[in-house]
Amino acid sequence: MRDAATQTIQKSGADILIESLKEQGVEMIFGYPGGAVLPIYDALYKNPIRHVLARHEQGAIHAAEGYARVSGKAGVVLATSGPGATNLVTGIADAMLDSLPLVVFTGQVATTVIGTDAFQEADIVSITQPITKHNYQVKNVEDLPRIIKEAFYIASTGRPGPVVVDIPKNIATGMSSAQVSEEVRLPGYQPTTNPNYLQIQKAVQVLAEAKRPLILAGAGVLAAKATSELVAFAEKYQIPVTNTLLGLGGIPGDHDLFLGMAGMHGTYTANTAICECDVLMNIGARFDDRLTGNLADFAPNAKVIHIDIDPAEIGKNVPTDIPIVADAQKALIALLEQPITGPDTTQWLQKLTHNKNSYPLQYSTANKQGILPQQAVQLIHRLTGGDAVITTDVGQHQMWTAQYYKFNNPHNWVTSGGLGTMGFGFPAAIGAQLAKPDEKVVAIVGDAGFQMTLQELSLLQELRLPVKVVIMNNQSLGMVRQWQETFYEERYSQSLLHVQPDFVKLAQAYEIDAYKVETLEDAEEVFRKAFESNEPALIDCRVLQLENVYPMVAPGKGLSEMIGVISK
Amino acid sequence: MKRIITTTVINQSGVLNRVTGLLMKRQFNIESISVGPTEQAGISKMTFVVNVEDERKLEQLLKQLQKQIDVLKVNDITDKAMVMRELALIKVVSSPAVRSEIYSITEPFRAAVIDMSKNVTTFQVTGEPEKIDALVDLLKPYGIKELTRSGVSAFVRETQKAPAPQQLSIL
Repeated sequence: MRDAATQTIQKSGADILIESLKEQGVEMIFGYPGGAVLPIYDALYKNPIRHVLARHEQGAIHAAEGYARVSGKAGVVLATSGPGATNLVTGIADAMLDSLPLVVFTGQVATTVIGTDAFQEADIVSITQPITKHNYQVKNVEDLPRIIKEAFYIASTGRPGPVVVDIPKNIATGMSSAQVSEEVRLPGYQPTTNPNYLQIQKAVQVLAEAKRPLILAGAGVLAAKATSELVAFAEKYQIPVTNTLLGLGGIPGDHDLFLGMAGMHGTYTANTAICECDVLMNIGARFDDRLTGNLADFAPNAKVIHIDIDPAEIGKNVPTDIPIVADAQKALIALLEQPITGPDTTQWLQKLTHNKNSYPLQYSTANKQGILPQQAVQLIHRLTGGDAVITTDVGQHQMWTAQYYKFNNPHNWVTSGGLGTMGFGFPAAIGAQLAKPDEKVVAIVGDAGFQMTLQELSLLQELRLPVKVVIMNNQSLGMVRQWQETFYEERYSQSLLHVQPDFVKLAQAYEIDAYKVETLEDAEEVFRKAFESNEPALIDCRVLQLENVYPMVAPGKGLSEMIGVISK
Repeated sequence: MKRIITTTVINQSGVLNRVTGLLMKRQFNIESISVGPTEQAGISKMTFVVNVEDERKLEQLLKQLQKQIDVLKVNDITDKAMVMRELALIKVVSSPAVRSEIYSITEPFRAAVIDMSKNVTTFQVTGEPEKIDALVDLLKPYGIKELTRSGVSAFVRETQKAPAPQQLSIL
C-alpha cells in the first residue's frame, strides 16, 4: 500500500491561489504584473479567469472598486511587491472608508529575504494595516487556501471592506497538497446581523409617538440590498427620507418622500428636516462630518435610532438613544413586522413639501454665457433617463452630479465619498462597465481629477467598452477654487489650470472618439450621439469656470447655517 | 480617566502591532502595555492602562478593539475586583554608609536584592503601580542609576465583591 501523502497531488501556491479564486466564483481580476508575482501570472496564463490589465495599479484598484460597487461582489486585485503594492494604497484606503469589498493580493519578496530591504520590498502588511479591514502575509503555502477563504469571507460579510493578502514569491512557487475547501473558523469575527428584538420594539415605540420623524439612509442600505424594504417602510408610515452622498439611490430620486441629499451640499429641505426632526432614524450611515456639519447643531431635538452592522459606528460621532446592531435589511424586515399605530406625519410632510417647493435646488443662468455644469448634469440625466451607472471623482462635479442626477436605481452610483479620491471616477467606470456590460456607464469627472488616472484610456481603447467620459472642464481644481474664493479671499493659490492638454487629441491618440462642446445646443447633440453609440467616447465639456456649488454648509458650521439658499 | 483593559488575542505575528496601531490611529494614549501567553496554546493576553477622556471615548475604544479579527475578547476591568501587578527593577546608588538605611526603606515594600556591587544595589519589586511609584520616590534621593518597569498585568478576581457594574458595550 502506498503512503497517503504521496497519493495526493502537490500543487504550487500560485495554482492553489487560482483554484481558490475559482472556488470563490471570481470572474475577473484587476491587476498589473511584476517580478514578485510572475509565478501567479504564469498560473493565470493557462487559466480562464479573466485578467484586466490596467495601466497603473491605482487604475486597477479603482476599477475593482467600481466593479464591487455595482456587482455587489468582492473586487479582486493583483499587484506585484514594492511599488506595485504601494500604488494600491490610495484605492485600499478609498475602499476602507466607503466599505467596499475588495480582496487585494500583493506579491512579496521571498520569505528568505524579507526584512533585508530586498529589491522591490515594501512592508505592505504594516503599511496597509490601518486602512484594511484585515490583512495577511502568507508564511506557509499550506495556509494559502484557508487564508484566501477567510479573506473573501471577511471582505464581503458584516461591514464590507478591503482585505490584503501578501504572498511572498517562494510561497507562490512552493508546493503543497493542501486542499482548497476548508471551513472558515474565525472566533474573533462574528458580525451581528439579526437585530435585538427589544431594541426593535423600543424603536417602534419611539416612532409611534413621533411627530416629525426622519429617515437618514446611507450606503449600508445599498450594501444590505435593503432598498425595497426601505421604501416599503417609509411609505407604510409616511416617514420622509434623506440620503447621505453614498446612500443616493436607496430611494428613487423622484419619490415623494425623498427630500434630497443631506449634508454640506445637501438640500435646504433635507438639512432643515434634520434640524427639526424629533426622531432621526439612521439606517446604515456613519454620521460622517461632511454630513453632520457642526455636531452641536446636529439634530438637536431628536431621539436618535441608529441601525448599523458595525457596532463601533454607533455612538462614535452622535450619541444614540436606540442602538440596533444589525444588517439593514434584517432590521427593516423586523421593523415592518411590528404593528405600529402612527406616527401621524401629515403636518410634518406638508411643511417639508412646502420647503421642497419653495427652496428647490436651483441655479441662475442670468448674465452667464456658456454651459453651466448643473445644466450638463441635468442633460445627462434627461438623456439617460436616470438609469445610467454614474461614476465621479471628488469635487464640484461630484456634488453637482449628486444634486442634479436623480438616481432611480440602487446600484448606479459610484463615487469616492469618504476618502474623496481624485482620479477615482474614470477607472471605476471601466470596472462598473465590466460588471454590467449592458448598462450605460458615464464617468463624470473633473479636468484635474481625470489627469490623475487618464492613462487608463489605454485600457478603454483595448477593451472597447462603451464607457462615456464627460470631463466637466472648468480649467481649475473647482472645489479648491471655490473654497479659496469663499474662505481665502479669492487667493487662487495653485488651483487654476492655465495649461491643459487638448483632451480631444489626447483621446484620439488612444483611438477613442472625442468631442469638445462649448454650448448647450452642441452638448445636447454630442451627448445624444455618444450615448447612442456602443463605442467609448470622451467629451470635453467646457463649463463656466467660476460657477460654485450651492447651497453649502461652511466647514465648522451647523446644518441650520446654510449659505446660498435661494427661495423660488 | 485611567482605565485598565485586558484583551484576549490570537497569538499571531503582528497582533500587537495591529492593536497598538489601532490605538494610535484613534488617538488613544497608552500609559502601559504588557503582553504574554496564557494557559491556552496560541492565545495571548494584553493588559493596557489607557487614559481616556470620557465614557463615550471608552466605549469607542472597546468597540474598535473588539472589531479586530484577531481579538477574541475585550474587558474593561477597572471597576472590578482584580489583581494587578507590575514588576520594577531599580538600580540605586548605595555606598556602604547608606546601605542599611536603603534596606530599611525597601524592606516594607518587600523588594528583593537581585544584584549588588560595591556602590550599587539592584532591587526587584512587584506590586500595584502606586506602590512602585512610592518606593521609587523614596529611593530617588540616594540616586537611581537605572529603572525599568514591566507595565501592568492584571485580571479579575475569581470572586467579585458586588455585582459588576453594567458593561458599556451594547452587544
